[in-house]
Amino acid sequence: MEFSKFLPYILSGVSVGGQYALMAIGYTMVYGILRLINFAHGDIFMSAGLIMVYLATWLPIYVAMPLTIAITVAIGFLVERIAYKPLREAPRMSIMISAIGVSYFIQNFALYLTGGLTKQYPEIPFISRTVEIFGQRTKMVTVITPFLTLFLVIALVTLIKKTKVGMAMRAVSRDFETSRLMGIKINSVISVTFIIGTFLAAVGSMLYFTNYTGVSTISGSMPGLKAFVAAVFGGIGSIPGAVIGAFVIGICENIIKGLGWTTFSDAFTFALLIVILIFKPNGIFGEANTDKV
Amino acid sequence: MSNNVLRLEHATMQFGGVVAVDDLSLNVNKGEIVALIGPNGAGKTTAFNMITGVYQPTNGAIYFNDELIISNRPKGKMKKIYAGGYESHNNKRIVKTPDRITKLGMARTFQNIRLFTNMTVLENVLIAKHMRAKHNVFTATTRIAYSEEKKMREEALALLEMQGMTYLKDEIAGSLPYGIQRRLEIARALATEPEILLLDEPAAGMNPQETNELTDFIAKIKNDYNLTVFMIEHHMDLVMTISDRIYVLDFGKLIAEGTPEEIQNNPRVIEAYLGVSEDA
Amino acid sequence: MDKKTQKRIIIDILLVIALFAGLYVMEKTLPRNSMVFPVLKKGAIYALLAVSMNLLNGFTGLFSLGQAGFMLLGAYTYAILTIPVQSRASVYQYYDGGALTFALPPWLALILAGVVAALFASLIGFAVLRLKSDYLAIATLGFAEIIRAFVQWEAMGPITNGSNVLRKFPYFRSVLVPFAVVGICIFVIVLLLNSSYGRAFKAIRDDEVAAEAMGINLFKHKQMAFVISSFFAGVGGALFAMFNTTVIASTFKSSLTYEILLIVVLGGIGSVSGSVMASFLYVAASEWWLRFLDEPLFIGAFQVPLLKSGFRKVVFSVIIMVVVLFYREGMMGKNELSWEFIKDRLGKLKNKLKNIGKKKVKAEAENE
Repeated sequence: MEFSKFLPYILSGVSVGGQYALMAIGYTMVYGILRLINFAHGDIFMSAGLIMVYLATWLPIYVAMPLTIAITVAIGFLVERIAYKPLREAPRMSIMISAIGVSYFIQNFALYLTGGLTKQYPEIPFISRTVEIFGQRTKMVTVITPFLTLFLVIALVTLIKKTKVGMAMRAVSRDFETSRLMGIKINSVISVTFIIGTFLAAVGSMLYFTNYTGVSTISGSMPGLKAFVAAVFGGIGSIPGAVIGAFVIGICENIIKGLGWTTFSDAFTFALLIVILIFKPNGIFGEANTDKV
Repeated sequence: MSNNVLRLEHATMQFGGVVAVDDLSLNVNKGEIVALIGPNGAGKTTAFNMITGVYQPTNGAIYFNDELIISNRPKGKMKKIYAGGYESHNNKRIVKTPDRITKLGMARTFQNIRLFTNMTVLENVLIAKHMRAKHNVFTATTRIAYSEEKKMREEALALLEMQGMTYLKDEIAGSLPYGIQRRLEIARALATEPEILLLDEPAAGMNPQETNELTDFIAKIKNDYNLTVFMIEHHMDLVMTISDRIYVLDFGKLIAEGTPEEIQNNPRVIEAYLGVSEDA
Repeated sequence: MDKKTQKRIIIDILLVIALFAGLYVMEKTLPRNSMVFPVLKKGAIYALLAVSMNLLNGFTGLFSLGQAGFMLLGAYTYAILTIPVQSRASVYQYYDGGALTFALPPWLALILAGVVAALFASLIGFAVLRLKSDYLAIATLGFAEIIRAFVQWEAMGPITNGSNVLRKFPYFRSVLVPFAVVGICIFVIVLLLNSSYGRAFKAIRDDEVAAEAMGINLFKHKQMAFVISSFFAGVGGALFAMFNTTVIASTFKSSLTYEILLIVVLGGIGSVSGSVMASFLYVAASEWWLRFLDEPLFIGAFQVPLLKSGFRKVVFSVIIMVVVLFYREGMMGKNELSWEFIKDRLGKLKNKLKNIGKKKVKAEAENE
């Protein structure tokens, strides 16, 4: 096997890895604070794609893009307020079921809007352009994604490390109850978490769908699950962990495709998940915690 | 063969940098009532959790009727910390899960009562009978083992009768008054047919009147069921009245051992308790 | 057994006979293409799937999302084993007629469908049952996806027909068949839940630490619940295949699991009768009563807004979200439908009506 044969797969692996990373951050931050697998996150990612499709038909692209982000963030915020906030004191199973319910709702709503058709994603100038790298022709987005991802992650980490809101987020993820007693406004912290998570997912969706050109109602579920696995892989709650996990998964699944095992590229992610859960349940960067009896 | 039912040798439990129980060695002899006392956070409940298999000790060994049930030896980084110290003689790592320990004949109650609150009193006791019944999932489902179910019910009802709780059998456990919940938890532990009963603060939250009743109750079940009792307790009246021997734990370390009189006059114990608890 | 329980059992048996007699009469009298029949068939099959999921999620407290995977195993096992030998060449057209040269009778294949699902569950159980709640959910979901990828694998083609459809296997025409099979399965599950083992499952659900302190081996009992639940999911999957008359891997995506889960929630997590009622209600509403929501409707020249294909499902998801958020107990909570329950509810209703009446009288008195 020669390297040049695998180069395109590695390139698209790095690219899709960056897109998973932007989503994985949303999972890992929400899980860190609410201990909730936000099953709807993948569907919000898909919604961002659809919103862009619809906005771009009657608005110039440079208006549609920020507007898409704004609307997606609003959806993320509302989902939290409507579907998760009332269940703060409920058993964990209830809130997980609520998340599945939201996912079901968003998918059905999208199905209703689109009539089940796959929608053509608009071309975003500059990033849709074809470039040549290492002798391979690819879209600009492939090159841009990893850099944009790294930039956003660094910005986010700085936000969490240096600002007051970031400090509150760290406190809440460490101890929910105590933070509440210390006067931290839990609900605003959670809202901020969802806003950041959906913002990154919206950006991720623009990069992702530019590569895949079509958005359908279930476009979000598989990338969503993979991003979640990335978060578990890196150690849930850890942002750098989620990013590294996402790149590992993106690259691995593309190499598997390159080997001609396309059927198993999705299954691989889950196999990885199960191996991780069994042998290193706290992920690579996660911390161990003991339940008190 | 010694006559101790329970023996701890160098049992140590470390959580991260905190040594919750530090080199604890003790024994409980057959037919005794032994108390484990100490200020809050001394590591008493942790010791119970080690004995019953909930936590795996970092070091040390635990014997039940001279059979090694739990043991561990530090490894890796931990080994350095313990080097030259109290490395116990056993090399094996033995872990018995709580259910197996219960099956051997050791039953416990919890500091913060853990009844099955949505179930009836009778069902709570029946669950404790489950492991000793001669049935499997097939014979139980098809009712081939119906006689076992009947036997379980009869035994459970007999037990409730002896505790004077028959009239409560169909009540939902979570709706009972606090004192009765405590008694039910003990009754449920008895249903596992133990040799030794571990009580974790049985009198917590009780008034003096209730505590007195509990004192009599413990003495009674000890005789009725031929039990050995090992308990954690803060109420000194209770402890001093019924204990044969007392161990005192402070900051994870054993600081005294002896009869109630000896403990009451032990200067280290007094020091540990001064200003910490009014109960003493 | 006392007289009262004996009388109850006789009444229950009579009710079952009456149900089957009623179904039989319906089949003889109603037109063949009536919507009632597919709804009853699918409702019954969903009832089994929901009850088997409830056994795990509601009664043992294990939040598993592997249902679609076990259904797939059951459906494929049944289809592969029963396609008649003479039809194999046309079904397995890309794989030279497939690897199997025999066909089993449907009843045997139905049992084997459950057995295969149960065997897989016992293997998977070793890996995942020690995980905590939400990790268990995602790991079982993952396994279901792996199974789905595996049957579509080209190398499995001679057996599973790859990603092509399996068809021409025997299926039922009468509504009595799924009712009988599902009835027996649910009866067995109810017997299990009312046995000592059922109590042990509920103990684990309510408090793992206490259950373990009572001598209940957590892993053994969780494994048992997982395997039994998967067995019935496998049987349910086989029935589902018969209902659809075809089997294809893409049916068994995680959205199918979510659908069953939402039925369980609707009926009440921890209630067998709730699951059964919710299944029929769900199927009847989605396949029949709410169909009109998908049809554009004109009143004169005015088109009623919103009504078009897909609206039914939107309405449905809104209903489900309302239940999840505001009626977390679902229809039945943890209760079962019994004479006592009906009496109790009727009594409460009567009191309520009385109170309303009283208030009215009082209000009128005050007005005067």
